[in-house]
Amino acid sequence: MPISLDANMMREIIMDHYSHPLNKHVPNDLTSYESIRMDSDTCIDDITIYLKVENDIISDACFDGVACAISTASTDILCEMIKGKTLKETRYIIEQYENMIFEKDFDENCLDELVAFVNTHKQAARIKCATIGFNGVEELIDKHK
Amino acid sequence: MFDVYKIRKDFPMLDDKNGTRKVPIYLDNAATTFKPYSVIEATSKYYLEDSANAHRGDYDLAFKVDTEVDRCRANVAKFLNANKTEIVFTSGCSMSMNLVAYGYGVKHLKAGDEILLTEAEHASNVLPWFKVAEMTGAIIKYIPLTQEGRLTSENLKKVMTKNTKVVSVAQVTNVLGFINDIKSLAKIAHEGGAILVCDAAQSAPHIKIDVKDLDCDFLAFSGHKMCGPTGIGVLYGKFDLLKKVEPFMTGGGDNARFDMCGNVAYLEPPAKFEAGTMNLAGIYGLDAAITYLSKIGMDNIEKYEEELHDYAISKLKTIDNLIIYNPTADTGIITVNVKGVFAQDEASYLNSKNICVRSGEHCAKLLKDVLKTVATVRISLYFYNTKEEIDALYEALKNGGNFLDAYFS
Repeated sequence: MPISLDANMMREIIMDHYSHPLNKHVPNDLTSYESIRMDSDTCIDDITIYLKVENDIISDACFDGVACAISTASTDILCEMIKGKTLKETRYIIEQYENMIFEKDFDENCLDELVAFVNTHKQAARIKCATIGFNGVEELIDKHK
Repeated sequence: MFDVYKIRKDFPMLDDKNGTRKVPIYLDNAATTFKPYSVIEATSKYYLEDSANAHRGDYDLAFKVDTEVDRCRANVAKFLNANKTEIVFTSGCSMSMNLVAYGYGVKHLKAGDEILLTEAEHASNVLPWFKVAEMTGAIIKYIPLTQEGRLTSENLKKVMTKNTKVVSVAQVTNVLGFINDIKSLAKIAHEGGAILVCDAAQSAPHIKIDVKDLDCDFLAFSGHKMCGPTGIGVLYGKFDLLKKVEPFMTGGGDNARFDMCGNVAYLEPPAKFEAGTMNLAGIYGLDAAITYLSKIGMDNIEKYEEELHDYAISKLKTIDNLIIYNPTADTGIITVNVKGVFAQDEASYLNSKNICVRSGEHCAKLLKDVLKTVATVRISLYFYNTKEEIDALYEALKNGGNFLDAYFS
């Protein structure tokens, strides 16, 4: 997805994933998932992320909890994107996303809808919201190293 | 004559330096407040002119600090209509509440005793009592609130039992902004053989307090919420009760003498609770803050804030998609949500309009019974806020549904 995506489209992406998240639920079969609770100490966000990893491939990803629009939408898109990807591919997406958030050079081709969060640095207080889900997934997959 | 524009000149944070600096529209005064020059200067004076330790009066400089601390204590006592020996300096309201809980609660409560709180209390007036319950076997109970979220004398009467030993409530609640009638509540508590602990964090900055009239047993507040420095607070306690409080921190400066066999003679209150070197610069600053507020007059502050609150409510209630949870609050705390917008997103949006407010979540039971929501946006006023600032808030909240504007501007 090109970065020339205009503000209205970015807004639609965020609102869509906030109002109708695809992956905001607790999995039925909890025992086959690993999970991590990300409870922000500076804001209200308090989410739990669930990953099902089989042979180094993420076969399912979802989350649940209380969260703002930015954290809900960003986590939802991430969950959607990493399903079926290897841990290595997932790590690469997270790394490039963080580069984008922190205004470094990044590979936009791998980020798809996540480019909607390219403006986050303009509101420093939202960086936490835009990265809380990514930090959680990263911690979970780091356990597989 | 109360002149808000003249008052604003006393605050460096409100100075636009001839248009070269952006002054925030600061509406998060329940969290902390701006400081006037007089407070900043008093704090600096300790470091610039009076740097020596208290309680060590062998030389003139140290004696001077002792004298100043004593004078500040007297100033705080006068502010509350208390005696000087009943004023303990702490690091803030949280430490004051912990001192009561650990020093009095843990020492005097036993299994089966009851501690009464409400569901509208701040964590500082809940978590220390959880610890007391854990350590003594005492039981925590909640005084039911009215549908509006108020605490009434009738509801306290209903839950008092022969086992009630402590009633601990805020004078002004930090989410709903109602003033509780501490005098009546204290009377009921005393008739039932309990003590009344008053969390004055949100009241001392805004309304006149007379501890003799209220007849509360302990009262706690922070300096920084009333134009004073951070890291300094006060615990007031009736002298006879303070004598029964164990020091929860011990060390230098709180004992008369001790030997290595474990015999210790503690000083009388308040020195008994002031082990270690205190926040002396903070005490200087608190003194200046109290002098500053007293000069404006607590009655004038309360009256102006009420006027500002009513003005705000009259404007905000015309916004269709704005939910106001406490339109009848007695103080300048206004708790709202824009329909369909998560509180944190709204607060971020207001930030993009240069308006500082706080989003937060609330104790589960309170939100279920009174607020019926997970999180809210809290607007909290102080006497240096203006109607023009309220107008700016109104304009921003009118378009508050477009909260993602902030993200793409």
